[in-house]
Amino acid sequence: MIIAIASGKGGTGKTTVALNLARVHSGAVYLLDCDVEEPNAHLFLKGIPSGEPEVVTLPIPEIDESLCDGCGACSSFCAYKALAVLAKRVLVFPEMCHGCGGCMRICPKGAIHEIPKRIGVVETLQAGNLTLVQGRLDVGVAMAPPLIRAVKAHIPKAGDALLDAPPGTSCPVIATLRETDYVVLVTEPTPFGLHDLTLAVAMVRELQRPFGVVVNRAGSGDERVQAYCRAEEIPLLAEIPDDRRIAEAYSRGALAVEALPEYASLFQKLWATVTEKTHGRR
Amino acid sequence: MLDNQQNLNAAQGAGIQSAQTVAAGGAQALVSGHCGPKAFRVLAAANIKVYTTTAATVSEALALFQEGKLTENSGADVEGHWA
Repeated sequence: MIIAIASGKGGTGKTTVALNLARVHSGAVYLLDCDVEEPNAHLFLKGIPSGEPEVVTLPIPEIDESLCDGCGACSSFCAYKALAVLAKRVLVFPEMCHGCGGCMRICPKGAIHEIPKRIGVVETLQAGNLTLVQGRLDVGVAMAPPLIRAVKAHIPKAGDALLDAPPGTSCPVIATLRETDYVVLVTEPTPFGLHDLTLAVAMVRELQRPFGVVVNRAGSGDERVQAYCRAEEIPLLAEIPDDRRIAEAYSRGALAVEALPEYASLFQKLWATVTEKTHGRR
Repeated sequence: MLDNQQNLNAAQGAGIQSAQTVAAGGAQALVSGHCGPKAFRVLAAANIKVYTTTAATVSEALALFQEGKLTENSGADVEGHWA
């Protein structure tokens, strides 16, 4: 079962939910930190690195000027304007390139080949029955989706995997949510939380993923998120109370289920609910 | 006058495209408020001189240029995605 933990708004508790779910799992479980611009799940786990970090690259074009006649076909094709043709010379802007390979295929002179450009690393840590795989995008690189796909390549063929998504509804989130069995949307009961939840709901509906909502810090705001879920017939999977002790544990790098064992049942129940909703998949 | 509307829906690369348009139009010099690094690279490759000014209108900017009161930029004067 592949479960993604996502949200519209940032800071609603995706990592809290993902880590606590992973911790109460009775068997082997994978946690994939897909927030490659700011991976933070590792801060809460005392893991042992398994092997060296895997370097991830993107194929970017290199022009053979002896073959190029400056026709401009590559530049007109490139949707991201990573190539400019001026005075019969091609300029390449590697930081704009999404690595699709289209320019290489379209060049009538065969003057383009690809060279690897490093974008980040994938690291794996073992913490008991939990395997953490995280992507770490290099500083200055703005191309998260290819690195997220490299992280997702570590999803085991069988068994359970939790994907901690980046916040928002843009390309990195889409890359994370594709081909998952279920999406858990974490929100907070505030006007901001509700506003961004509606964007996230529109996104997962477009992606045709089954999904439900977890309200974090329940009791800190109002009841509009719950009313919205009822009106939209979205399953309310769990409500995590607004308990200062959870935040205190978090600030020390401890998980709620470790510091406050009474919360274990809440996350065990969440597993059971999600398992029931994805019954028959995988 | 050159149409620069291809950038209205550009997700990225607006500076590169504008610079390409300027170069394709046969310009020898560019007077602008600011010029970012990627556009500057394109303009430099096309041997187009870049001048920046704080003049409020196009006619004021052109007058300053024609009077020789603008100095040529040796590089971009702002970072990428400057706003």
